[in-house]
Amino acid sequence: MNSRDGDAERWLDREAGPVVRPYAVTKGRTLPSGGAWFGLIDIVVQTGERTSQDFRLGPEHRWILSLCRRPITVVDLTSEVDLPVGVVRVLLGDLSDAGMVRIIPAQEEPEPDQRLLRMVLDGLESL
Amino acid sequence: MVLNPFDDGPVDGGMQSTAKILVAGGFGVGKTTLVGSISEIRPLRTEEPLSDRSVGVDDTHGVRAKSTTTVAMDFGRISFPSKLVLYLFGTPGQERFWFMWDDLAIGAVGAVVMADTRRVADCFASIDYFERNGTPFIIAVNCFDGAPRFEPHDIRIALTLGPEVPIVLCDARERDSVKNVLVSLVRYVMSTRNRSRATSALNYP
Repeated sequence: MNSRDGDAERWLDREAGPVVRPYAVTKGRTLPSGGAWFGLIDIVVQTGERTSQDFRLGPEHRWILSLCRRPITVVDLTSEVDLPVGVVRVLLGDLSDAGMVRIIPAQEEPEPDQRLLRMVLDGLESL
Repeated sequence: MVLNPFDDGPVDGGMQSTAKILVAGGFGVGKTTLVGSISEIRPLRTEEPLSDRSVGVDDTHGVRAKSTTTVAMDFGRISFPSKLVLYLFGTPGQERFWFMWDDLAIGAVGAVVMADTRRVADCFASIDYFERNGTPFIIAVNCFDGAPRFEPHDIRIALTLGPEVPIVLCDARERDSVKNVLVSLVRYVMSTRNRSRATSALNYP
């Protein structure tokens, strides 16, 4: 399958099932380039930046980019495109390198702070 | 099309917060049921091919090899008016999936370890992991119809848990019961964080 072919997208819908092995769309890469890390509940969003000459968007890049028009978490994005989260991270890394998406980390610290815990508790109790 | 909880929000997303709680336990203990009872979406599933790391410890001989090439992770979501979105992640508790747990546990509020009194040993692996990782957790005993009922005290002994870990009886099918489990977890996490801060303040004045 030629990933540069604009028509290729329609071969990758859910009904068709996977046409290629998951990491083929990342050309075998399993880690995002540029050292960016995308946590499952980090939010990603388009920056509105246009693609540069030296970066060629594949159909999966375009698809992910279109879903990032509004802020969306990595895990919601992953379930939407129905690709493994590892693959989505690599593709997001490409887009982030090209300046086309921005990451809003869920939280900088490894443990949630009291303010966030309080928000969670208040939210749950109000259900 | 999955509804994106941030669709109504500002495009820059600066106002949003996200948090996650993990739901662990053995196969068939009711993780997906619990998530589904309180989630605003039907639990969604993402699949991840097993990496070499995990395949190495699996017996992939013979015909069963095919069934161990992916691992599923179910998740649900609750959006609160405070612009907080809480994610609930349920994934298998077996040791060979721990490469996924590392990813899930970072930044998590805490974990709910679900136990079935007929197969208590199924949650040992999850408890081990969270104890080693320092992730606060509580035990939620899913009270299946017809399963023997035990007092939390007996369950604590069976699981060799310290007195501080809360044990909550629940029915994973009931929304209020699940809410109670999650509230218990967050309260417990808040109290442990306060305590550890007090201790470190004592040690390093």
